[in-house]
Amino acid sequence: MTSVISVDALSRQYRGQLALDNVTFTVESDSITGLLGRNGAGKTTLLRIVAGHEFATAGKVSVDGADPATSQALMRRMVFVREDQSYPEIRVGQALRVASWFHPNWDSDLAASLIDEFNLPVDRRVKKLSRGMRSALGIVIGLAARADITLFDEPYAGLDPVARQIFYDRLLAEYAEYPRTILLSTHLIDEVAGLLDRVLVLDQGQLVLDAETDDLRGAATSVSGPIAAVEEFCAGRTVWNRRPVATHETVVVAGAFGDHDRARAASMRLILEPQTLQQVVVHAARANATDTLERTKA
Amino acid sequence: MAGLDEGTPLFIQIAERLADQIADGTLAEGERAPSTNELSAYYRINPATAAKGLNVMIDDGLLEKRRGIGMFVSVGARRQLLENRRKQFADRFVDPMVAEATRLGINTDELVALIRDSNSTQGGTNS
Repeated sequence: MTSVISVDALSRQYRGQLALDNVTFTVESDSITGLLGRNGAGKTTLLRIVAGHEFATAGKVSVDGADPATSQALMRRMVFVREDQSYPEIRVGQALRVASWFHPNWDSDLAASLIDEFNLPVDRRVKKLSRGMRSALGIVIGLAARADITLFDEPYAGLDPVARQIFYDRLLAEYAEYPRTILLSTHLIDEVAGLLDRVLVLDQGQLVLDAETDDLRGAATSVSGPIAAVEEFCAGRTVWNRRPVATHETVVVAGAFGDHDRARAASMRLILEPQTLQQVVVHAARANATDTLERTKA
Repeated sequence: MAGLDEGTPLFIQIAERLADQIADGTLAEGERAPSTNELSAYYRINPATAAKGLNVMIDDGLLEKRRGIGMFVSVGARRQLLENRRKQFADRFVDPMVAEATRLGINTDELVALIRDSNSTQGGTNS
């Protein structure tokens, strides 16, 4: 695999505020990468720069070796679906036709079947669509474009769980048949965890985690039980979080446990639970916040 | 991620599910195993993860690739799996059970009697 998106020491500043702070990563071709982080972490800014809609203050972004801000050829190989996509005064069908002119690999059969699945009214004005329907339209365009580089920025505002599941299933099916490079920003981490090859976590403009999703599985385990037993069991491990309640506590420690540890935990009446990807991401962001705080204090 | 858990890498879980199906005979020797895309769609996971799970099965000799057609359950796969699992049986099941029995004050004779009871309710042979 070769890297298709390459971001090197990228910073973006708005009036003294650092939206992106020295971010470096690469995205391999034909992969699905999750861009995770809290509101205001810099996800949208990063995607806009990769899409060429915005300039970097410092650093370098290249997509397939070209600069996305200036390369015309690249624009036709990319699709960028935004959370707050605005459309001119047109109907759904016209919006799709415009998209089909713009994207050379456009598949109109796929678009038609997705419209059907999402129950999108083709004759309605885009401005009159509900928030969820507008999101669905964005998803139809993002998938039917079959663009080599597909960027989704929180594409499902207002979509219910059933519609989101349709999105995930169609995304996977499409990707399996026509592999492409997908970068997806989202809050709904556990919903997409199985889809992602890699995760990038942004926090306050900094990249705080860049890892293969499978490596994060089992990256943390919670241990619950009587305080003394929990402390004895967790001795020597890195503690991420500790929450006591009366004589009990739950401690989140780094790493997974083997059969031997599990048997020992059972004999000590402790409950072990692997942490979800979401919990690992929350921890990564929190640890960064603590670091920043300490650096500010120092 | 239909029925998969959080703690173990997904590709390992995929391999374990397939191994279970071979061990209990639902996926017979010589039969075609699910493809990468079928597994990806069913478990709602990335195709690369599904492929990794299938590769584990190939490395273990449980599946074999037939170029252009797909992957098939190897001859002898079921026997190989059952042998492995018998070897692990004491570690995975008997030792924890004996430990818990000791803690509860159940002695060996009582434990053996409980196993006999359970075996007969489940219709097993009592030899």
